[in-house]
Amino acid sequence: MFNQSRQNVIRLIIFVAFSVLIIRLIFLQLVSSNYDNLALDNAVNKKIIFPDRGIIFDRNGKSILENTLTYDLMILPTQLKGLDTAGICKILKINLVQFKERVISSIIKNGRYRPSVFEASLSVESFVQLQENIFRFEPGFFLQERPIRSYPYKAAAHVLGYVGEVDSNILKRTNYFYQLGDYMGLSGLERYYEPVLMGQRGVRYQIKDNKNRIVGAYEKGKFDSTAIAGRNLRTYIDIDLQVMAERLLKNKLGAIVAIEPQTGGILVLASGPTYDPNQLTGNLRKANFSWLLRDTSRPLFNRAIKGQYPPGSTIKPVGALIALDEGVIGPDFGLGCGGAYYGCRRAIACEHKNPGHASNLRQALANSCNSYFSHIYRLAIDNPAERNTVNGYLRWKRYMNSFGMGVKLGVDLPSEDRGFIPDTSFYNKLYNRSWSSCTNVFLGIGQGEMQATPLQMANLMCVIANKGYYYTPHFVRSIDNALVTDTILNVYKVKHDVTKIPDSMYNIVQLGMQDVVERGTAVGARIAGIALAGKTGTAENYGIIYGKREKLANHSWFVCFAPRENPKIAVAVVVENAGFGSTWAGPIASLIVERYLKDSLSQERWKEVERIEGKEILLPIIKTKRNKLDSLRNERLKKNQLNMRVEIPTLSVPINKKKKIILAYHLNAIKSNHEEKFI
Amino acid sequence: MQLNQIMKKNSFEISSGIDWVLVGVYVALVLIGITSIFATTYRDENIIAGFFSLKTDYSKQSLYFLISAVLAVLILLTDSKFFTATANIFYFFGIILLILVFPFHTDVKGTKSIIRFSTFQLQPAELCKIFVNLALAKYLSSIDLNFAKFKSQFIAMVIVLVPAILTIFQNETGLALVYFAFFLVMYREGLPTAILTISFSIALLVVLTLLIDQNTLAIILSSLAVLLIFIIRKQIKKSKSILFAIITIWAVCVGIQKYAVPYFFNHVLKPYQVQRIYATVGKDFQVDLEKLTAEDIKKMEEKKKAGNYNVKQSQIAIGAGGFIGKGLLKGTQTRYDFVPEQRTDFIFCTIGEGFGFIGSLVLLSLYLFMVFRIVSIAERQRSLFSRAYAYGVASVLLFHIFINIGMTIGIVPVIGIPLPLMSYGGTALITFTVLIFILIRLDADRQMILR
Repeated sequence: MFNQSRQNVIRLIIFVAFSVLIIRLIFLQLVSSNYDNLALDNAVNKKIIFPDRGIIFDRNGKSILENTLTYDLMILPTQLKGLDTAGICKILKINLVQFKERVISSIIKNGRYRPSVFEASLSVESFVQLQENIFRFEPGFFLQERPIRSYPYKAAAHVLGYVGEVDSNILKRTNYFYQLGDYMGLSGLERYYEPVLMGQRGVRYQIKDNKNRIVGAYEKGKFDSTAIAGRNLRTYIDIDLQVMAERLLKNKLGAIVAIEPQTGGILVLASGPTYDPNQLTGNLRKANFSWLLRDTSRPLFNRAIKGQYPPGSTIKPVGALIALDEGVIGPDFGLGCGGAYYGCRRAIACEHKNPGHASNLRQALANSCNSYFSHIYRLAIDNPAERNTVNGYLRWKRYMNSFGMGVKLGVDLPSEDRGFIPDTSFYNKLYNRSWSSCTNVFLGIGQGEMQATPLQMANLMCVIANKGYYYTPHFVRSIDNALVTDTILNVYKVKHDVTKIPDSMYNIVQLGMQDVVERGTAVGARIAGIALAGKTGTAENYGIIYGKREKLANHSWFVCFAPRENPKIAVAVVVENAGFGSTWAGPIASLIVERYLKDSLSQERWKEVERIEGKEILLPIIKTKRNKLDSLRNERLKKNQLNMRVEIPTLSVPINKKKKIILAYHLNAIKSNHEEKFI
Repeated sequence: MQLNQIMKKNSFEISSGIDWVLVGVYVALVLIGITSIFATTYRDENIIAGFFSLKTDYSKQSLYFLISAVLAVLILLTDSKFFTATANIFYFFGIILLILVFPFHTDVKGTKSIIRFSTFQLQPAELCKIFVNLALAKYLSSIDLNFAKFKSQFIAMVIVLVPAILTIFQNETGLALVYFAFFLVMYREGLPTAILTISFSIALLVVLTLLIDQNTLAIILSSLAVLLIFIIRKQIKKSKSILFAIITIWAVCVGIQKYAVPYFFNHVLKPYQVQRIYATVGKDFQVDLEKLTAEDIKKMEEKKKAGNYNVKQSQIAIGAGGFIGKGLLKGTQTRYDFVPEQRTDFIFCTIGEGFGFIGSLVLLSLYLFMVFRIVSIAERQRSLFSRAYAYGVASVLLFHIFINIGMTIGIVPVIGIPLPLMSYGGTALITFTVLIFILIRLDADRQMILR
């Protein structure tokens, strides 16, 4: 009896124990269902395949931004045992200590089981040696293709922009459309046309193991979708002209913008100083970027769309057009100017004293008479039709805005600036509501509070060249394989009418501008056989140096279009702190126009290009600060015994010629491996 | 009669009296084990070459099976009396081995329980289960033993607990806990029911302490006591001693849950062990951080990470199996090393993911059948030695199965003990083979009186 009950108790215990297990299994395997998805998340890796980005062509079909391949040497730290490390060191020309350091840093970065970059963008020499011998180093080392953007002309950095890895901000903004590690256009056309250029991403499902190593395709690729390559952009850019423009801006601060007036297509948009866009490709980007960012001459700053300068005398044709459109003057209106304007309390100096230099509009333009344009500005503001100054000023401001001044034009580049045309509230605040046309009379001659970007000035030239309308300046003419859904270019097909002035009056303004070049302030810009209509500007400006506001050397401006009768190109050039408009800006614009219209330059004119290219115009303070930075950098270079400035020839293979494997060199300035040490 | 037996023995029919059902279940489980190991570790190599290479885990396990089979035959050829005769000698041999571990152990994955001879690893704590089982059976079957006496009960406990304590000192708490399974044997042989009841009650109380807030539990216990006193107030009037008993029990219970358990957790167990226990009931362990050394915290972090990860991944794997499972070699969890230690302690995941609830149920039924079969075998023995030994085998198996599978499905703290006959590992397979085949040998001679 006793035995019987005890053995039953034991049987019961055994039975209960098993029941507990089975009940738990029922819950785990039959009731709760989310474990299935968890397992899938765990083991299946959704890999986004990025297609080749679209290529950007200039107006003549030359590719100015394309894809190339470089090779990285990758390391898999777990597989290093028994490898010929000395061989690797010999090929890469590093010593064993450096080798060990790199191995350790890659383990820290990505762990032992995931490959890391051991040497980025291999040099041709190393690549050739490695390719022949890589079997000796596998699987610890292997070569990996890395598609990067390349710029065969090394030009138009500010226009084309660069691509880079997305950061967490972008991830949030795009609602996690991108994934960490993805590349996207971060500036310039790359950014603006990102949806077109990026193409359609493909998805590949892969099975991974617990160390996140890819083991194979999931369900033999049943759920995969292929990537569709990005579409190409056809632009208005004339790359040869762009290259020359950048040469002309060498060692100067400033900008050149050239637009085709009939279409608004931008032929040239250069900002000085610039940089080789190849510096910001692949994993060299970060290191180079930080150096460019620190340069006191601000090479990353796109002065053509973000530089805000007082336009000076270059605004005068607009002043004339406004006065004409308002009807406060006729083309025959003249002013006796004896070297200064006395209409307001202070005298405004004029460059000319000879009588009759402002006897009519055309004369006044040719001679850039300050008195004349101060006067007609005041006439416009104090127009009796508007009854008071405030209304008169508001009307004048509306005119300026419709000319594209003080507003964003809407160019197809991100982060364009609007310049500045003050509002009445600005003056109310500044002058406690008591101000008159005399208070801001300097606006009439493009000084005072007025600020404009070179792009806006070039656009202004388009309006005058077109006699009253413009198309929003833009780069892209067409998208290859355009779809109905591509509405991105529609805004550039809208014609903007600015004034209702008859063509006859425009002709007078145009003739006045032609006189500027023929016999006025800019004879140096004259081009034989081409009717160039232009306007110089010499803009006073101030800067803060060592905490003190100081008057700096004048900005040199020149705006023009040509040929006058049938305009094909409108140009705006500004060179910071370079003095008279006719000294530097005029000749530069003249070269751009000539090259574009004649398709070539004479020997003599090439000499002129070289002369301008060789001239350095930099404020002393920028140079001093830059030299300081450079010497700091050199000190560090010495310390680390690295040849940062030495350009390393890197292997690159154009992607569209992948099969032929044409080896090409391109220069990359800084090696990425050392970037941490400098930041 | 006895002569007849010996005659039979001499005729050397080793197959006579053997429980073929048990042998069959044993072989089935080992084969399922090898298949599971194959499913986890197979990496698209040539299967046939893989089986003969002795480099893959499944081929090694097959080799261990072969060795086990040879040992099994040798055991079946051995006279049953050999086991009774040598039980004590083996026990002392085992204890000496356990002690020798301390100076001669090799550090493998944080355990100090392994002695290594070139490529062969010996884990005496594992092997000692056999010796303890034999020694306990031997003691319980002594002619002049009165197991009702406290002294004999105490000696039996010492036999079991000495190796357990030695094992704890080797950082193998899990293996040490296995020895407590032998209390079931003692219960069968006459250990008072009260001890079993009290141990279960205390275990229940400890679990409740973990699950319910201290003060709440104290209030619940107190109100239960008051309620009980109210219900049986008439009996209490007759005899005050009942009241006294209730109050004592109440005091002990509250004392345990409010003071003893916290004290035990804070001062006796290592912080990471406490953490694991808490993790199993799904709670965060609140520790007095000031009392912890930096090493403790580091160890806790490590163990927490590893423990949680293992259990989580293993639950995901088993849960993903669903009703019918994904099929052999189709499990994404188990195939790609998500579950650590999968061929050893977490081998059950392979069945859970690959064959789902149906497969798990079949496997559990097989185990349940085996344990029940052993209990039945135990009850048909004439000699006490054989019966005690059989119960020992059943208890050890039950303990291993429950703790191991319970751990993979998250109802038992992570204790690294293998799933009998299935987990990868030579020592474990050989140990269980020897345990079971000694039983089969003894059972074949069930008509004999062995002491």
